[in-house]
Order: sequence, then structure tokens, then C-alpha cells
Amino acid sequence: MVAPAHLDGSSRAVHPPEASPLRQRLARHRASIFRIVSIGLFCLAWEIAGRIPISFAFPTFLETLRAFIEMLLDGSLIAAYGQTLQPLVIGVAISAILGVTLGIVMGLSRFSEWLIAPVFVVLQAAPMAALIPLITFVYGIGLLSKTLAVIMLALPVIALNGYKAVRNANPSLVAMCYSFQGTWWQRITKIIIPDASPVIFAGLRLGLAAGFIGVILAELLITPTGIGDLITYHRSVADYPEMYAAVVSIILVSTLTLAALEAFELRVLRPEKRRS
Amino acid sequence: MKLFGYRVPMMASLVFWCVIWEVVGRSGVMFLIPPLSEVLVAAFHLVQTGSWQSAAVTTLNSFLIGMFFAIIAGVVLGVLMGRFKAADELFGIWVNIFVSAPLSALVPVLMILFGMGDTTVVVTVFLFAVWIIVLDTRAGIQSVPPSLVEMGKSYGASPFELYTKIILLAALPEILAGIRLGVVRGVKGVVIGQLLVSIIGYGALFEMYSRNFDMDNFWALTIILFIVAMALSALIESIEKRVDYYAGAR
Amino acid sequence: MRNITAQATAAASQPSGADVAVEVRGVCKMYNDVEALRSIDLDFPVGKLTTLLGPSGCGKTTLLKIIAGLIPATSGEIRVNGKVVTGPGPERAFVFQDFALMPWATVMRNVAFGLELKGMGKDERQSIARKYIAEVGLTGFENKYPHELSGGMRQRVGLARAFAVNADVLLLDEPFSAVDEQNRRKFQEDLLRLVELEKKTFIFVTHSIEEAVYCSDRIVILSRRPGRIAQVIEPDIDHNESPDAIRRDQGYLDTVEEIWQGLKRYVD
Repeated sequence: MVAPAHLDGSSRAVHPPEASPLRQRLARHRASIFRIVSIGLFCLAWEIAGRIPISFAFPTFLETLRAFIEMLLDGSLIAAYGQTLQPLVIGVAISAILGVTLGIVMGLSRFSEWLIAPVFVVLQAAPMAALIPLITFVYGIGLLSKTLAVIMLALPVIALNGYKAVRNANPSLVAMCYSFQGTWWQRITKIIIPDASPVIFAGLRLGLAAGFIGVILAELLITPTGIGDLITYHRSVADYPEMYAAVVSIILVSTLTLAALEAFELRVLRPEKRRS
Repeated sequence: MKLFGYRVPMMASLVFWCVIWEVVGRSGVMFLIPPLSEVLVAAFHLVQTGSWQSAAVTTLNSFLIGMFFAIIAGVVLGVLMGRFKAADELFGIWVNIFVSAPLSALVPVLMILFGMGDTTVVVTVFLFAVWIIVLDTRAGIQSVPPSLVEMGKSYGASPFELYTKIILLAALPEILAGIRLGVVRGVKGVVIGQLLVSIIGYGALFEMYSRNFDMDNFWALTIILFIVAMALSALIESIEKRVDYYAGAR
Repeated sequence: MRNITAQATAAASQPSGADVAVEVRGVCKMYNDVEALRSIDLDFPVGKLTTLLGPSGCGKTTLLKIIAGLIPATSGEIRVNGKVVTGPGPERAFVFQDFALMPWATVMRNVAFGLELKGMGKDERQSIARKYIAEVGLTGFENKYPHELSGGMRQRVGLARAFAVNADVLLLDEPFSAVDEQNRRKFQEDLLRLVELEKKTFIFVTHSIEEAVYCSDRIVILSRRPGRIAQVIEPDIDHNESPDAIRRDQGYLDTVEEIWQGLKRYVD
């Protein structure tokens, strides 16, 4: 249960009354100010480290930024993302549909739990990346291989989260539904799935993060295309600023995608976490 | 799960899947999947070879060094972030980015910075494992009840004692959970690092067997790796269970 | 004010006057090897508020959940309005100790949820829900979510949800245990008003002696494990008096003291 919240929003009144309006405003935006300062410090440290330089292969922040803008303008970055994101989106979508379905089935049926859950437990704890070279043999170096690499890494975590969420659905709410003579179908659709949806959604986010790892790994290991190819190519010709820009851009894209997904989750699924 | 009135343990279904594997392997539908029995025989012979043993030692070595630094750095940073708001706000954003970022993209950068050797793999293990340890340690520190800290202060605990005798112990369940997740990620890190560097340890063997289509040995390597990964995770889980009793009663 | 204290079985088979809403016949409950309830015989008269009171672990919540049909009895049977209970039914509604509100649903949807499960149309169930939301004093909070309400208000939502399905028997499992003291007193007074208003049979589980004496027409005291009926008390409290007067009334205080003396031996 959530701790009792009170309506008057007294937690907001933390600022001493004598504080000036400016300080109040600063205090309110404290978190975002710290975030900006933190990012600024990081860029500064990078710039200094690049100017020393700590390694011949360590470009400064500004060089990397310039390379990033150039790659953005000449279209090579966008073309690369087209190639990288396609298998990622397809793979994660397949994993989501398959994983959530399997997870719900495992959570509801003791037999399928016994049969399937241990497999996913093993697959999630094991380094699946070791199997990626194998895919190349069967499916070559095309889109299918990359999609399979994404599914291999993303599916276990999505399925396991769905399973755990459904299995641990709030027993009190299930009893409530039963006491009001809800049917089996109503119990699943009106109680168990809504109750499990935050954890299922967290699983989707973890699955997407794993999918990013999978697609990059596939591109670095087996199919020189997309962002992985940009990284490999610029490394081989020693264009370090371009290489770093590609690496940073993929981390940035994955972070922003995950943040957007989380924001969506808060807006749609979690009224209890929304700010009133 | 009950079958014919007997309790069947959860993991027993893996036996069923092993049988399926054997049947599929024997049917020869896919040359990529040899029968499990042949894989096990190959694994038995493999562990006796010098090349496997030296690869295992190299791999284990990189893994342990990387994990050692990941645990130290992770717990220290986690405690700082849990206790000091400024540290939390300064590092929080980076920890949250890196905990779910595709770190495999960073490995090529590590390769040019640290060379095509063990150092790169050690750093990869560190980077894969450290962030989740930081996050869980931070969560554990923040869930230490303030009354417990106040109790320590009121009975005259020195700041050092406060950390070693109260705060770290009270946060131990979460710290161990973080280390367990860190180990799982670290194993993935060592494999990814060695696969990408591809000339050392387990990665070199993977590269060699897959290039020669030696599926028996390829799967033998995989199975040994999976078993070690599961065993490591189970080991830490059993330590976790020992302190679990007070996680709920703090 | 007078107290009728009688031996359990005698009082149970002879409920004071009126018709019987719920009959409990020879109910036993075993959890594996632990005996939770031993041969319970009880009648709950229509339109009265009966309290099950006892030390923790006496099986009072178990008995309530057996009556609700949420868990099966090991032996014995329950009849509600003469019909044997085999599971939850429309003539009973349950109020949960932990509220059991859906955090993703508004107050309106939570209150109307029993009707939603029955397949009632949206407009119809919302108008019924609106009436009971008003009755428990939550008008204006229809579109709030449970996390925006205090503990007491959340339980009012649980109560309104139980009223909305228009059951004959309301089963309340320690409804005030997660509500703070001041709100609990106010809530008790409101509950008594609703008992008057709704003319339903209430079965109420509590571990608070004062609460039991203040609210109940009849108090059934259960002994410690295995739960058996130790005593049935009918505190004859005149609810026309003001709540504060009742709490200072000598009869009220004597009844509380008498129950405490009886229960004291179960406390370790």
C-alpha cells in the first residue's frame, strides 16, 4: 500500500517564509540546475582531458561536437540510424508481443510456469551475447540476423518481468474482485493486468535497453552496417572525433528513448505517481 | 508445480528441455545444434585441454579484477549518493544513463584507449557491473531508517562506527542484491569484451570454434559459461538469503 | 444500561428476537495441522451490527472470510438468507482491512467497481456510485485517485463500494485498523449513522474493545487458537445520546472493563 498522502500538499511548503523570491525559484529548480551543472562539468572535464591529451586517441569535447554536427549535416549519421533502428524496432516489437504474452501465461498457469520460466531465468542470467556469432551462420549478415540478436537479448527480460508481475499481483485486489463475484476473465483484464502493467512496462524498458546492446553488438561483431559500422570505420581510419561522436550519439539516443518511454509510462499508467 | 501428486521442483523442467535438445540434435534438422550428449562429451574433453584452461584463467582473472573494482567503487559512490544530496544530484544523472546505456558501443573506444588486451576486458567488466551496484547501494542507504542512525548517534557512535556498524550493515540486503546483479552484468561484460577484442581468453576460443564450424566445442564452451554464470548468481543469492531476514524487519 | 452475559451456545441459538440473516453451523477451519476455528455456531440477526472480537490469532478474520466465501471452511456450513454459501455472492459485500482500492482507478470507478463487474452500464452505475460517495461524505472527490486521499477517506471509498452493490449483509474486516485515532472516532460515528440509514446486517471484525462496545448491538468474543466462542455480550447502548455522552456513560465503561477482564488472560 502507498503511504497515506494528505490533500493539503503540505510537503511543498518547505521553504522558509523569509527566503527571497529568487532563492525560492532556485530551490524549486534545484534538481534541473544540478543536472545542467553536472553535464557542464562532464563536458569541461572531457575538454581538459582531451587537451592534455590523456591519449592520442582521445579527442576533445569540442572536436567531437564538431564531428557530430558534421555527420548530422552530411546525412551519414541519419542513414546509419535508419539501418540500426530498423532491426531494433522490429526486434523489440516482436519481443514485446511474445514476451508479454508468455509472461502473462506463465504468471497465470502453474504448468507453463514450471515448463517455461526456468528457461528464461537461465537465458536472462547467462551471457547470451556468446551466441550472436552463431546467428551469422544461419541467417547471414542481413536484417534478420540483427533482429534475431535483438530478440535474443530483449525477450528474456521482458518475459520474466511480465511473469513476475502477474504472479505477484496484489492478492488483496484479487480477493476484492472475487468477493464482488468477478469472473475469471474480469479478474485477469480488470485487476491482474492493470496491477501488473507498471512492472510489465519496466520490463519493456529493460528489454529495449538490452535490444540496444544487442543491435550494436551485432553490428560490431557480424554485420558492418549502421552505427556499429560508423564506429568501426572511423576507428580504422583513425578519425577519432567522428568515432566518439557516433558512440556518444548511440548512448544519447538510447537514453532519450528510455526517458521518453518512462515519461509515457508515468503519464498513462501510474496515476499514483503523477504529481497532482 | 505438482505432477501426479508429487511436488516437482521448478528447475526440473530444464531436464525436459535438455531431452528436447538431444532429440532435435539427433534428428539432424540443424547442423548448428549437435545432440546434447555430444556437447557434454566435448565439454568433458575440452576442460582437460591446456588452451581451455589458460583461456579460463585469463577470463576469470579479468572478471575478478573488474568486479573487485566495480564493487569497491560502486559501494563507495552509492554510499556517497545515498548520504549526501549534492553527490546524488551531481552523479545521479550519469549513473542512470550508464546503467541502461548500450555499453557495448563503448568497447571499441576502450580498445583504442587501453589496447587489445586484458585491460580493455577488465574495464569492460567494471563498466558493465558498477552502475547497478551504485544504484542498489544508494537505495539501500536511503532505506536505512533515520531512527537507527539517530540511535547510533545518541549512544555515542563515532562517524566511522556509524558507517561500519549501522549504515552499511542495515543496507546490506540491497548492497548484496546490487552485487548479484552486478555479477550477472559483469559476466556479460567479460564475454562481450572478449568477443569484441577476440584475441584473448574465452573470446578467442569462441572465435576459433565458430570459424571452424566446430559446433560441439562451441556449445560446450557456451554450456560451461552458462553454468558458471548461473552458479555465481546462485552463490550470491544464497549469501543474500542469509541477511534477508532483517530486510523486512528494519 | 444492562448487560446480558450468557454462555455462548445458549445465546447463539437464541438471537434476541428478529430474523436471522447469517447462520454459522459447526464451522471448523484447519490450516494444515493448525486448528484455527473449532465448531463455531452463531446466528447473526437481521439489521443488527454484530462484532467479532478477540485477541490476535483467534481466527476472527478467518471466520469473516469464510462467511464471505473467500476461503472454504474445513467442515460445517454457512447459510445466508437460508441459502448455503459456496463462494462470494451478491447478498454479501466485503470491506477490506487494507482497503483493496485499485490505485489506477478514480474514487468513482473504485466505488462503482462491484457494479462494473456485474455488467451494469456506465451512466447507471455512476449515478448509484455518486449517491453512496455522497453518503460517506466524499462528494467532490469523485475524480481523485486513492493515493490522494488519507487513510480514513480511502476506507470510506471501500465502504461506499460495498454499499453500492446493495447487499443485505456487509462484512467489515478491521476497517479502521489503518485509520488514525481521531479519524477513526469520526468514522465510527458515521458508520452508526449509516447502519441506521441503510437497515442492513453488519458483521464487523475488530480488536478494539472500545470500538466493539461503542458500535455493536452484539459482541461475540472468540478465544485464542483454536478460536471458539467464549462469550456473547449485548451492550445496550442508547445511540440517541451524543457520542461523547456515550463514551462517558458508566454502563459503557463497565462493559469495556468486563470484556477486558475476560480477554486479559489471552494477552501474553
